[in-house]
Amino acid sequence: MAAPMSLVVEFGGGAELLFDGIKKHQVTLPCQPEPWDIRNLLKWIKQNLLKERPELFIQGDTVRPGILVLINDADWELMGELDYKLQNQDNVVFISTLHGG
Amino acid sequence: AMALSEAARLRAEIERREQELSALQGQLASVLAKEEPGSELPTLQARASLSLAEILRYSRQLVLPELGVRGQLRLSRCSVLVVEGGTAVPVMEKDVEMSNLHRQVLHGEAREGLPKALSAAASLRQLNSAVQYVPYHLALSPSTALELVRQYDVVADCSDNVPTRYLVSDACVLAGKPLVSASALRLEGQLVVYNYQGGPCYRCLFPKPPPPETVTNCADGGVLGVVPGIMGCIQALEVLKIASGIGSGFSQFMLMFDALEGRFRNIKLRPKKSDCAICGDSPTMTSLQDYEAFCGSSATDKCRSLHLLTSKERISVEEYKKLWDEQVPHILVDVRPQVEVDICSLAHSVHVPLSKLEGQNEECLKYLGKRICKEKQRTSSKTAFPVYVICKLGNDSQKAVRVLQELPDKELGSIVAKDIQGGLMAWARKIDPSFPQY
Ligand SMILES: [Zn+2]
Repeated sequence: MAAPMSLVVEFGGGAELLFDGIKKHQVTLPCQPEPWDIRNLLKWIKQNLLKERPELFIQGDTVRPGILVLINDADWELMGELDYKLQNQDNVVFISTLHGG
Repeated sequence: AMALSEAARLRAEIERREQELSALQGQLASVLAKEEPGSELPTLQARASLSLAEILRYSRQLVLPELGVRGQLRLSRCSVLVVEGGTAVPVMEKDVEMSNLHRQVLHGEAREGLPKALSAAASLRQLNSAVQYVPYHLALSPSTALELVRQYDVVADCSDNVPTRYLVSDACVLAGKPLVSASALRLEGQLVVYNYQGGPCYRCLFPKPPPPETVTNCADGGVLGVVPGIMGCIQALEVLKIASGIGSGFSQFMLMFDALEGRFRNIKLRPKKSDCAICGDSPTMTSLQDYEAFCGSSATDKCRSLHLLTSKERISVEEYKKLWDEQVPHILVDVRPQVEVDICSLAHSVHVPLSKLEGQNEECLKYLGKRICKEKQRTSSKTAFPVYVICKLGNDSQKAVRVLQELPDKELGSIVAKDIQGGLMAWARKIDPSFPQY
């Protein structure tokens, strides 16, 4: 049984606009039988934080192209992507890439 | 009084010469526009020592051990390609516009309308005439990019759209050049050095382009003028470090800048991907491709136009002007966000932001219903009441019409909703020149 977990979930680069413009979310994930990973976190975000147009954030079971996921200031590719097992107090950032100038 | 008239005479003289200057610049632009691009880049010779003028000019940085004379000499024979704007469209385009000036510091008021590359070169020449500037007033395209990039040592991407970002990155991989890439939107900036010292390329990070509907440009999203300035300065710094041999620390790192919080963050990125389509172990791409098709969007930061409604569901600004003049009873709904309404609006319009309409916000619908009821009293007609919808360019207004059409009659009574093509910007261009264009 995984204990409840506190995370800081952040959105940036415009991704925050799908979350009422709020960039920083202090999040407590409930207890659940399996450990929390990014795959579960995305589902949880879709159900609990994402208010409108989920397809602009999630496609299939992962984030849409153009969103970079950072776990404790590192590219999620270095951390196991969807399978990364979340730790208490982790910082997860979803950042939309910018193209303007 | 003497001093005053002297001042007036001088002002008139300055104005006359400025007009002459801008006419000359226009002529120069049209001459240069006809030239074959990328033909002659002068070769920069390696030199053993700095000139007296160079020592004077750069003395403050020459005494830095990290740079020194060695670094400065390297810098002096280095060439940098700066890609600005998004010009992969077939027409010659990207002239300086008034809306560029708040952030693009190389372009001054006097050069509005001049090609950006020429305007930038003219500004830079005034700052440092010892550097050679080669303005390319051309569309960077899959057919021209590689040849151009090959001639330079370092590339700086300051473009404003997704297809150009892929094009420049792929060209840099094929030509084996480091790419310093910076971008900005709203109050945020990002910077990465790609294809440098074995690090990843843009495609390693973003193998698939973002869906076009998720891409926001500076015209739609806005950008605080100083933010791209800050990113541009850091970009120049990294170019200088690479060119002088100091080296950049941003390979496999992304710098993220949040101007609202005043925070810089350094993100460790993935290494070069062995399965990357262009820089991987067995690349599937060996030449440049069609980037607009790949990204499903055009290489410009101009706004796309939506075709959601039929022509029967839309009216032109001229038609609207006519029914307004004839005082036909109707309601005009402005669906732009509050910040844009604060810039300008038509006095008689009813403001209901698109987001509230889409969310079927009760308060807003009630308010709109009330306004319709009141206006209906001006007419005895029992036919559906006309509601016209306007936004900035005529995209959101179409979405709003769809929402209104799908509302049950009990919400607003019997209405017929249409949108105004081209929105307020068309109104400003065609009907009322005193209406602000933003
Ligand atoms: Zn790559």
